[in-house]
Amino acid sequence: MAKFEPVLFARINKPDSTSLTTYKADGGYARIKEFLSMAPGDVTNLVKDAGLRGRGGAGFPCGLKWTFLPKDHPGPIYLCINADESEPGTFNNRILMEKDPHQLIEGIIIACHAIRSSNAYLYLRYEYGRSYRVLDAAIKECYAAGLLGKNLLGTGVNLDIVLHRGAGAYICGEETGLIESLEGKRAWPRIKPPFPAIEGLFRQPTIVNNVETLCCVTQILYRGGAWFKSIGVPPDPSNPRDPGSYGPKLYCISGHVNKPCCVELPLGVTARELIEEHAGGVWKGRKAKAVVPGGISMGFLSDKELDTKLDFAGPGKVGCLGLGTAAVVVIDDQTSMVDVLFNCCRFMSHESCGQCTPCREGTAWMTKILTRIRIGQGRIEDLDLLMEVAGSMGIIPGTTICGLSDGAAWPVKNAISKFRGDFEEYIISKRATETSAQKLMEVH
Amino acid sequence: MATVLVNGQEVEIGASERLNCIQAAAKVGVEIPAYCWHPELSVVASCRMCLVEVGDKKPDGTVAMQPKLVPGCQTPAKDGTVIISDSPKVKEARKATLEYLLLNHPLDCPTCDQAGECYLQDYSFNYGRGYSRLNEPKNIKPDKTNIGDQITLFTDRCIMCTRCVRFTREISGSAELQVVSRGSHEEIDIFPGFPVNNPLAGNVVDICPVGALCSKDFLYQQRVWWLKSASSVCPGCSTGCSITVDQNEERVYRLHPRPNEKAQGHFMCDAGRFGWKYTHSDQRLMSPETRTNGHVTPTDFDTVLNSVRAALIKAAQGGKGKIAAVLSPWMTVEEAYLLSSFLKGLSTDVTLAIGPVRIEGHDDQFPKDVKGHVVAPVKFTIRAEKCPNRAGVEAVLTHFAGDVMPFEELLRLASASQFKAVYLVGGDPEGWMTDIQAEAFSKVETVIVQDILPSPVLKHATHVLPSGTFVEREGVFVNHNGLAQLIHRSVRGPDGTRPDGRLLWDLAQRLGLIQTEALRREIAGAIPALAAIASPELKGQGVFLGEAVAAPV
Repeated sequence: MAKFEPVLFARINKPDSTSLTTYKADGGYARIKEFLSMAPGDVTNLVKDAGLRGRGGAGFPCGLKWTFLPKDHPGPIYLCINADESEPGTFNNRILMEKDPHQLIEGIIIACHAIRSSNAYLYLRYEYGRSYRVLDAAIKECYAAGLLGKNLLGTGVNLDIVLHRGAGAYICGEETGLIESLEGKRAWPRIKPPFPAIEGLFRQPTIVNNVETLCCVTQILYRGGAWFKSIGVPPDPSNPRDPGSYGPKLYCISGHVNKPCCVELPLGVTARELIEEHAGGVWKGRKAKAVVPGGISMGFLSDKELDTKLDFAGPGKVGCLGLGTAAVVVIDDQTSMVDVLFNCCRFMSHESCGQCTPCREGTAWMTKILTRIRIGQGRIEDLDLLMEVAGSMGIIPGTTICGLSDGAAWPVKNAISKFRGDFEEYIISKRATETSAQKLMEVH
Repeated sequence: MATVLVNGQEVEIGASERLNCIQAAAKVGVEIPAYCWHPELSVVASCRMCLVEVGDKKPDGTVAMQPKLVPGCQTPAKDGTVIISDSPKVKEARKATLEYLLLNHPLDCPTCDQAGECYLQDYSFNYGRGYSRLNEPKNIKPDKTNIGDQITLFTDRCIMCTRCVRFTREISGSAELQVVSRGSHEEIDIFPGFPVNNPLAGNVVDICPVGALCSKDFLYQQRVWWLKSASSVCPGCSTGCSITVDQNEERVYRLHPRPNEKAQGHFMCDAGRFGWKYTHSDQRLMSPETRTNGHVTPTDFDTVLNSVRAALIKAAQGGKGKIAAVLSPWMTVEEAYLLSSFLKGLSTDVTLAIGPVRIEGHDDQFPKDVKGHVVAPVKFTIRAEKCPNRAGVEAVLTHFAGDVMPFEELLRLASASQFKAVYLVGGDPEGWMTDIQAEAFSKVETVIVQDILPSPVLKHATHVLPSGTFVEREGVFVNHNGLAQLIHRSVRGPDGTRPDGRLLWDLAQRLGLIQTEALRREIAGAIPALAAIASPELKGQGVFLGEAVAAPV
């Protein structure tokens, strides 16, 4: 296979890649007038036909989402750009925003035209200070150049982008949590229906898209849907509900590798390829014990499953929740899965918004059980309890409003079912090292 | 007309009814447990207790069930909706949710006020697992006794249903309560220095499904299973909130609202909720008295009633228009009828007037925004007219006297020495007569005072009849809207008092003991405007008497 030429990342290593001048010099905004003169429905169809699936984690077809907006809505329609990138191990949006903000802004302009919106809210993770400064400067440049504001480039299209800095919560990345947070409320995800496309921000129809998705929109418009479809994995013929995984994807590789990085590759590379070819292999000459395929809420791949294709359908075939954000975290064979899982659970219990009972209590309970196992008070039956708690938490039995609960339960299900031996050994050996004095301390 | 299937049973839902699955199931007596859902508050679907299986019955008879469990509170019941609440899947989900809710909940039921009327207890008993699998320490959160003047928060008992938060945002509008922190460290709290002291604050205690929010007034006073309840009507204002009076051993411990869409909805105000204390006041008139020239002779009811009757008959024989009576707007319809008909029987031209109708400020409507402006739609109103039965008493007076004489007019006639005997009925615990007004009766030969508490007019009284408060009587109150509702006797008055109805019954020398139901039939026959009070509907949510009765004269 010929070496893939990056598209989304084509400009990130160029000098002064963030300025409008260099973006224009590279052909940016060259055809924006043409795109704005297209009928909005045509733009939507183009994106829909390209098979672009949302890059935020759920992989929902982007063009299809746009078509859910009510026709002839009299009031405003909003676009929210989800830049609250908080999934552990994920940093692709950050690079896009810090290195090539205009690619994103152009995507926003196109998307807003497609959905007939003249207000876009960019919800940026608070911790991304540099992204904030870069985007702020880029948006100001665009206003000065007439690319944003009233009567954009004389096309009669109006668009304002509001750059909003979040206040630091994982749950603000959930689309309705993001909307609540933008409205100035506590980021408690909303009950659906109504979905945001019907009633979202300020009770108006709203589309929420990820940064990478909108960058893909820019590329689809310039390069065409056929180009997009030529990259990636076509639908599985045996699964009629699989829309396929087309296009380039930014894979973030971190953890116990020699060279953590973010690379752009066609959807469908294997985890092994990512580790060996792009991240320089597992560090210290060790082997990978487990790999997180797409952010910790997606679960774990075991060392036997490293050849799983990381497209939208692949991780699901080996018991993971999905591709998620394609943030690959490598765990080497010297690391205890108990510690890894404890870390995941602690994160999720800290970030649970606390609205739904199963998530609020379940995440905290699992963390407490793992804490107990780690101090040598574990019992083998705790593993079954953890599995049962994880089993009753997620959306799959239908018990919560948003997906955080599922994402909190999945690593537990995966870790214990795939690495049960590790857990049992840990519990037994920890108990053995515990002294009677420690036991007495626990009792008193 | 829509048909919904609940566990195989068909439920008919009216065309104008908009019900969710919980309400639809309740129609056939199927309980779908829920914590966060409340009929008057917005739906948040966060407790996840009401998860049920839901499907659609197609016209061809096949049923397509949704693969996931869905919250019953959030799912509308439409024609063809199939609700299954007793499948193993649903039961498992409930069991899991209850286990989660109880994880950090302290098992302090023996000292918890809510025990006995606690949804956590009830649902755990019905749907839970009976033991906890938590081996770790529970989260312990500090109690917040400063959350309001009347309210205290046992933070660790809270299950985060957020009903109280939504109440202060949506019903009172004052928004004092909020959720702070995140995840399992979440707590209900106030902004420092802004406690929940709005006029509807006490309702958050009622809507709390567990023992987290407790009333300071009721705290540790009683176990709820000792209490005996009677349905009644709050006499505090003309809204006439339907309430339940809880008592034990002839002592009232609390009032709480009884949901009644015809009257006030689901709530009541704090003024009414805590406004029953005078019932057990040691200031109460506790002995019938006869007074001559400032000399007080305690007596018994038989003697004093005979004297009163004799004095009234004597006054009636002394000429036309020599008897007057003031009928308090705190009397029931029955009492007003008994007194009016008795006096009319003595003399055809008695003067009948209505007692003072206390008006305080303006109607207080909720929700209010932060600046105090009322936000439409209005969800609760505390009325300025601080008496329970102006409309009912006026209806009786209109029947007997043709029109309703205001209290001031009667005072004028009394001070002009018109009357030989005046029968005054009080009952307003806030006082109903000033010293100056009382002077009007100084020259009247016989002043009969039937009241619960001392008032300035007592010094001119010749006969004092200690009567009962609203919790000691039975009868009909008619609210501002013309809604007639029944109050029930829940406690016996102190020794030396008699409920007004019994007093007047004996005064009128009617046979046997007072029977308000028979009396209501008599009134319904005699007064067309009040004909509806004999209807059996009265015993439930009450009956509307029509606009004519409600309109102020």
